[in-house]
Amino acid sequence: MSTLTAIMMDITSPATDESTRAPPAAVPLGLAHRGFQGRIDAIAVDGDHLGVSAAEIERRLLELGIVEGAAVHVLHEGPIGRDPIAVRVNGTTIALRRREAMAILVV
Amino acid sequence: MTVTDINDWRIALVGTPNSGKTALFNALTGSRQKVANYAGVTVERKSGFLQTASGHRVNLIDLPGTYSLRGRSPDEEIARDVILGKFASEAPPDFLLCVADATNLRVALRLVIELKRVHRPMLLVLNMIDIARRRGIDIDLDKLSAELGVPVVTSTAVRRAGIEDLLRRIDAIAGKPAEAIAASEWTVPAASDLRAAQREADRVIRAAVSEPAKPDTWTTRVDAVLLHPVWGMIVLLVLLFVMFQAVFAWAQPVMDLITAGFDALGAWTATVLPEGLLQSFVQNGVISGVGSVIVFLPQILVLFLFILLLEDLGYMARAAFLMDRIMGGAGLHGRAFIPLLSSFACAIPGIMATRVIDNKRDRLTTIMVAPLMTCSARIPVYTLIIAAFVPDRPVLGFLGLQGLVMFGLYATGIVSALAVSLAANHFFWHESATPPFMLELPDYKLPQLRSVLMNLYQRAMAFLKRAGTTIFSMMVLIWFLASFPRPPLGATEPAIDFSLAAIIGRWIEPLLAPVGFNWQISVALIPGMAAREVAVASLGTVYAIEGGKEAVEQVGQALANKWSLATALAFLAWYVFAPQCASTLAVIKRETGGWRWMWITFFYMLSMAYIAAFITYHIALALGWG
Repeated sequence: MSTLTAIMMDITSPATDESTRAPPAAVPLGLAHRGFQGRIDAIAVDGDHLGVSAAEIERRLLELGIVEGAAVHVLHEGPIGRDPIAVRVNGTTIALRRREAMAILVV
Repeated sequence: MTVTDINDWRIALVGTPNSGKTALFNALTGSRQKVANYAGVTVERKSGFLQTASGHRVNLIDLPGTYSLRGRSPDEEIARDVILGKFASEAPPDFLLCVADATNLRVALRLVIELKRVHRPMLLVLNMIDIARRRGIDIDLDKLSAELGVPVVTSTAVRRAGIEDLLRRIDAIAGKPAEAIAASEWTVPAASDLRAAQREADRVIRAAVSEPAKPDTWTTRVDAVLLHPVWGMIVLLVLLFVMFQAVFAWAQPVMDLITAGFDALGAWTATVLPEGLLQSFVQNGVISGVGSVIVFLPQILVLFLFILLLEDLGYMARAAFLMDRIMGGAGLHGRAFIPLLSSFACAIPGIMATRVIDNKRDRLTTIMVAPLMTCSARIPVYTLIIAAFVPDRPVLGFLGLQGLVMFGLYATGIVSALAVSLAANHFFWHESATPPFMLELPDYKLPQLRSVLMNLYQRAMAFLKRAGTTIFSMMVLIWFLASFPRPPLGATEPAIDFSLAAIIGRWIEPLLAPVGFNWQISVALIPGMAAREVAVASLGTVYAIEGGKEAVEQVGQALANKWSLATALAFLAWYVFAPQCASTLAVIKRETGGWRWMWITFFYMLSMAYIAAFITYHIALALGWG
């Protein structure tokens, strides 16, 4: 978790020296905490989720307006295990489990 | 009811969930609505009539909400097939009325772009335009229309003015001489198609819509409390408590009134009709049969009033969000929470409320376990047996033993519902967890009273019409079993002793003997199929106690003398699980669209009842309570 926090701080904190830093690496939205703001870099479903194919998961995410380039803001976390999460995606709030949010890579 | 005319314009109302489609449908058609089922499926078909400005009649079909035409669920398949004109019993619509929430255009415009490929005349209605304006969202309608290539009109489902403008536009578009409509180019969109369509939608929005610099944060602020890990749960629990209380308390006086009314009606027929078969049929078969159905109506109305208000407000999706993890642990969907809670009052409205679960699998699991929740009809049976057999003595100084047993029965119901749900996931779906939970949390909106009342009315009618016919016929069957053949002249035993119910009861007695049931219990279980609480009266009848419900204490005393403690405990265990409710089974058949799930529920509950009663009986015997 500490590495993750470090990554998150890395993304959210303003870059101190633009020239020496590589572009921030994309992290899965499934690991983001409440308050995280960023942009969707890619949607990459790692595999089938409990009988639902990876392609289907991808299409369901897309149908809810989750596309590359959209602004994301993690607004709320569920009461148990901080799961599911509620994410504002370009003005629409979507609730999803962290399991599926792992497929959404954000920067 | 108006009859469809060949000259009517057929218009299909299409839109994403939460687009305010149903409110617009209600505003357009008013009371000229008809709810039926699509041929061969259980998906509800809502249609209605309206008149355009020129006086032309329109047959409007409210299609199920859908994010795309991919047909992910039976509801969405219907929407797709009707739009594409593939549904055998439905003529293809003359044109599509596509509804979008003006405050949330992204997803809706992606659907519009997909719909354009169908090549049907189309009109885009920007619903809730008043809310959008108030929030400072500025939409350039001409530009939006030009960029999309689809005519656009605004509306507010609550105001008449917006509706009239919409009717004029329908005239202008549908009234045009039919030009050759190009064949549909629609194909199942792949991820890349959805991506491209969403990019195009975002481009159109950038061109035609200007959002305020400071977006409206009202919903976000409310959610800060309602979705808070602690406060959110407290609000949810308080809300559920109020709802649960209302279903019990508000409905009770009306239910008592209905019961009293039907009792009075029954008593009146007894005075009018000569004593005999006809009187028994009218009084015990027809009137008490119909009464036992209608008595559930107040609970259903109160429950659905809450559900519709919370749904329209946008809270239901939040409740699912809060409960997802807790329910998910048992393999249930977050949305299963409300239906299961409702089932504590009565499984019938609970099973009807499972319609809020869009995933078929999750819905079937919820329907299957809903009858395990301790419904109010079990209470008379529980209190009778507990009062007669469990001594009223304190446990640990402050808890009553009787109350503790009652609590134990409730807890057993809940725990077994969760266990069955886990088992169902394992055996029926061969999986250990529920499918993805992805849900839009719509912005909060004030519910529209008119729309809520109309939906409430439709729920009530659906219950009376659909369940009524099945339940009623079961009631008549049970009356028949309990009444035929008639006792011989001069018989001193109760009439039921000579009936088919008694014959069946004695026949199944050997089967029930291992769980400690005597033949009287076996006989009482047959009319007890009508409704659980009827078993109390039936036990009174078989033990030849006159006076029915007023004689509950007498029944208790009789049982205390005639049953062993082991039998009484086995009887309680039986009642936790037994599918002793014809109405519930009838509703399961209706809601799942066939016999299969009704029989599955019946047999799994019966098996659990038998096993639970068997174990309880033998443990009690071993403890010397025989």
